[in-house]
Amino acid sequence: MSLLEIQNLKTYFHTRAGTTRAVDDVSFSLEKGEIVGVVGESGSGKSVTCHSILGLLPQPPAKIEGGVVTFDGDELLDMPPPLLRAIRGKRISMVFQDPMSCLNPYLTILDQVAEPILIHEEVTKEEAEQRAIEMMKKVGIRDAEKRARSYPHEFSGGMRQRAMIAMALVTNPDVLLADEPTTALDVTVQARILRLLRDLRDDLGVGVIFVSHDLGVIAEVADRVVVMYQGKVVEQGEVLSIFENPSHPYVKGLLACRPTFETKFRILPTVDDFLDTEEAEDGSITIIERPDVGKRLADLERESETNEADGSDLPDVLLEVTDLKVHFSSGGGFFGKPHEVVKAVDGVNLTARRGQTLGLVGESGCGKTTIGRAILRLVKPTGGSILYDGTKLLEVPPNESLSYRKRMQIIFQDPYASLNPRLTIEQALIEPMTVHGLGADRHERRDRVVALLEEVGLSASHLLRYPHEFSGGQRQRLCVARALALEPEFIVCDECVSAMDVSVQAQVLNLLRELQEKRDLTYLFISHDLSVVKFMSDEVAVMEAGQIVEQGSAEELYRNPKKTYTQELLDAVPRGDLESLQARFKG
Amino acid sequence: MNNSTNSDAQREVGNSLWRDAFLRMRKNRLALVSFWLVVLMLAFCFVVAWFCPNPDKIDLDNKFSGPSASHLLGTDQLGRDIFSRTLFGGQISLLVGFVATTVAIGIGIVVGAASGYAGGRTDAIIMRSVDTLFAIPFLVVVIVLQVVIAEWTKNASGWIVENWDWDKKLTSRIANIIPLFIALGLFGWLTLARIVRAQVLSLKEQEFVEAAKALGYTRMRILFRHIIPNTLGPTVVYATLTVPGFIMYEATLSYLGLGVEAPNSSWGILIRDGANFLETEPQLLIIPGLFFSLTLLALNFLGDGLRDALDPKASKD
Amino acid sequence: MLRFIANRFLQGIIVLIALYTITFFLIKAMPGDPFTGEKNIAEETKELMREKYGLNDSVFTQYFLYLKNVFTEGSLGISTSKAHSVNEMIGQSFPVSCVLGITALLIAIAVGVPLGVASAVRQNSWIDYSSMAWAMIGICVPAFTVGPILQIFLAMKLPLFNVAGWSSPRDVVLPAITLGLVTTAYIARLTRSGMLEILSQDYIRTAHAKGLPISRVVMKHALRGGLLPAVAYIGPAFAALISGSFIVETIFQVPGMGQHFVNATKARDPFLLQGVVLFFGLLIVIMNLAADILTGLLNPRVRLTQE
Repeated sequence: MSLLEIQNLKTYFHTRAGTTRAVDDVSFSLEKGEIVGVVGESGSGKSVTCHSILGLLPQPPAKIEGGVVTFDGDELLDMPPPLLRAIRGKRISMVFQDPMSCLNPYLTILDQVAEPILIHEEVTKEEAEQRAIEMMKKVGIRDAEKRARSYPHEFSGGMRQRAMIAMALVTNPDVLLADEPTTALDVTVQARILRLLRDLRDDLGVGVIFVSHDLGVIAEVADRVVVMYQGKVVEQGEVLSIFENPSHPYVKGLLACRPTFETKFRILPTVDDFLDTEEAEDGSITIIERPDVGKRLADLERESETNEADGSDLPDVLLEVTDLKVHFSSGGGFFGKPHEVVKAVDGVNLTARRGQTLGLVGESGCGKTTIGRAILRLVKPTGGSILYDGTKLLEVPPNESLSYRKRMQIIFQDPYASLNPRLTIEQALIEPMTVHGLGADRHERRDRVVALLEEVGLSASHLLRYPHEFSGGQRQRLCVARALALEPEFIVCDECVSAMDVSVQAQVLNLLRELQEKRDLTYLFISHDLSVVKFMSDEVAVMEAGQIVEQGSAEELYRNPKKTYTQELLDAVPRGDLESLQARFKG
Repeated sequence: MNNSTNSDAQREVGNSLWRDAFLRMRKNRLALVSFWLVVLMLAFCFVVAWFCPNPDKIDLDNKFSGPSASHLLGTDQLGRDIFSRTLFGGQISLLVGFVATTVAIGIGIVVGAASGYAGGRTDAIIMRSVDTLFAIPFLVVVIVLQVVIAEWTKNASGWIVENWDWDKKLTSRIANIIPLFIALGLFGWLTLARIVRAQVLSLKEQEFVEAAKALGYTRMRILFRHIIPNTLGPTVVYATLTVPGFIMYEATLSYLGLGVEAPNSSWGILIRDGANFLETEPQLLIIPGLFFSLTLLALNFLGDGLRDALDPKASKD
Repeated sequence: MLRFIANRFLQGIIVLIALYTITFFLIKAMPGDPFTGEKNIAEETKELMREKYGLNDSVFTQYFLYLKNVFTEGSLGISTSKAHSVNEMIGQSFPVSCVLGITALLIAIAVGVPLGVASAVRQNSWIDYSSMAWAMIGICVPAFTVGPILQIFLAMKLPLFNVAGWSSPRDVVLPAITLGLVTTAYIARLTRSGMLEILSQDYIRTAHAKGLPISRVVMKHALRGGLLPAVAYIGPAFAALISGSFIVETIFQVPGMGQHFVNATKARDPFLLQGVVLFFGLLIVIMNLAADILTGLLNPRVRLTQE
């Protein structure tokens, strides 16, 4: 018998809008000392499954409609609350996604790590704290004695997540439920946490259910994998066999649509290329594989090959950034103390060629976003020069700057925050044309808006809607359309696919690609995701602490990084390709 | 505000945030009842009142009479119709509440938005001034301001009373309470300015505002088209909660004998006068007190309901 | 911490001077002076009085003379209507208002906080609905209605307390309840919304995942953060409570400080009004500082350095 067994779990959400079957007949199990990866996109029900096990969902609106969860012979779903509380945090612990919001900001780290022992065991406070500090050392918090009495905000993101893990493991639980534990972290930190989890599994023999949206991460850490889609398990099995030989069309699509270092496609296949849905007469939906998927893949591959041929002679330089500096002063007010200067960007040189994509990659806080904003003069550079198509941008007088605004645009990370919620799509897209005097009259502008919407894969029927009525991917398309309304030649894409599911990400990346080819656009593609940057870029610049570590052609830089920092970054990326998986299991 | 043209078609297709909020609001029974109660109260005080007996007509033979056909809720110590007096008193109270709130909103939005959008030293100076104004006891300011404004506007209001081709008694009544409106409004904007400023500060960092800058929109366009409309939600909520606050201040001032003066009367005055007969004729306190408290309750519940309806968290489900 | 307090103190002085300036010119903008309205005094006597109180000096001189007296002697001037030192008048009435205000605040906290916490923990239960309905009534029923009602029921029908007066310790109860009612209601509402906000945070879910009993989740993990909005409100509210309320003082005949605000305004008594306004301003500055320090103690993320 398995340590933890989930059978036919059904968790529904009953709201005024109707019933959502968040988890619909899910079954899988976990053995002692095993790591099971649960993977799926947002809304697939993977987190809800996890929370259902420990009864952590707010009820209502959630309601567990059926199923059995057996842990070490006991049924958890019907267990009276006091007994369930004795298991929570003692025998089954949980680690959540965002360690900042999941740690109590009002209590010290030590208080929180020691708390589960104090609650579940008959020990003195000193003893509990001693054990807490031991565990904090074990998860790699240096100077644990000294730092234990700090508050969460005094820890870095990675250290916070280590503290969360220490808190979960301090009672020696049998099962650890980890819900997206590395999603909020930088890749290098993520790599260390993943290694830590594997080591702890080996040392302590704890069984781990590892929930993630990222197949790459799952491939690094899990023994078995459960793939969820729309509340159902579509496929489960050994990691290697699923990556080698997926059987379900959704899983095939998911594996194909993520760009990896080895991706050869110029246009990514999308999940929609693989699966189709068929609605039966009783309203139930069946997923079927598209019959023409093989042909589609072949087409994409052929297209990529033909495109690869050109590129012998380099296009001319459109943008040249020299010694760019952006310094912010913090602190200082009315009776200010001396200002502290933060050198967000400190002497950066970049070159972008017409019709190409320059990728800019780096970890959070390295200043990559600030560069993008400085080039568009959304922040004022402290020094340096920006040469754009032969003009020194920082010396353009204000009354002429409008024409440069027209030529350079930006797309942001959060499509929810990027559109004014009070304007209809029509108003939002017509406004830039009105301001810049594009189009003769209202009718012409409206026609152009419709054309733009169609170009980004939306339609005229969306004109009168408000932003909140669209999905995340659609909103990002709207942002693209708005940027295109001025017919710019240069677009800064600032983490513009980072908040998206892989299947949506693939669609948006494809859209950017197609537009680039059609309109000869130049992109500055800023992202923390090395795989996506590799896929999109002709040239790549790596950034650390306000400075460019190295810049070079994408192929060359990824194959032969010259700087150790670049090498570290590349090593930390969870590949999730067959080669590295086979290496992990066989080598 | 959003729909300048073919609004019918837009309502068909798009659901603006306001409409969404309205739909949510309709499900909140308490807020809905409160809304209709406020409407009913307005209708009673401003329409029904004119069909009631003269509220100032003294009839000493008919003191403290019980409810009858001619006096629906009986009469007071001078034989005046209680129902009629309550409705006319309500006119003043409601006018004070709504007019002073309008004044306060106007000032609050302008000051708050300017402060938040300008930022830096301007912001610091404006906000320190608001802090200072907060330290002045509200009642004192309103009393002093009222006297000062009455002095300044004496000529103007006299002119209005003389030259307005209207019911003389009504215009003199209104002219009498205008200083009170202005005084309340002039000092009631402080909290609102803080709320609007906080909103503007967070909106300023939003990506759609950055996008607007990147698209080359002017500062004025960004402020008036992209920032201020997005502060209206919290503003409306706070305004709804301000109206009862002003009604309460008016009542307190009138109770002190510093607010509305004869020939005007208001709920505050009626309650004060009624308190003298609390033991023997409690209806003199209870009737205006009930109207007063019900209106305040309804406005407060309406504000709470609006806040819940406009809460961005609620819109995610 | 010390630098923070010193800095805020400096800011407080600037606020007080600004406050004085505003009040001074507001009073000067009022028509007439303290003696214009007195019909029983001969014009010559009035003129003498004006001379005595320095009201015939230039506005400039008056402005700086008073400021100088405040700073050098701590003197808030002589009341023109009562012919007493303003310092003495405040010295007599402030202790009374202080006792009344502190009692009112204690009642408000003792009732408001538990009601708010209970409402938030049991959101949408009968406890929630009934305490919030009571809180709303507390906000909507004016003191001048509550006062007389309390007098009738708790002093006349049931002779538990004196109807009015300020002689025995029991006399504090009725005015304190009347005075504290609105504060209670606001504290209950703020505590409820603050607690609801905190209870929806991710770290509360973490606390549940650790297997903590609900009482510990509320008391140890939620309460500190949940009280912050109420603490920020209590600062200035406390200043208002201990500086007296004219209405409550009138109803229960309490010799507190609130009467001075209204009487001084009615009598156009410039020094008394400036004195009590400045004193009130000082209280506000101190209470805001106290609230900030308390917030800093409750919330480790707020560092008490310069702003």
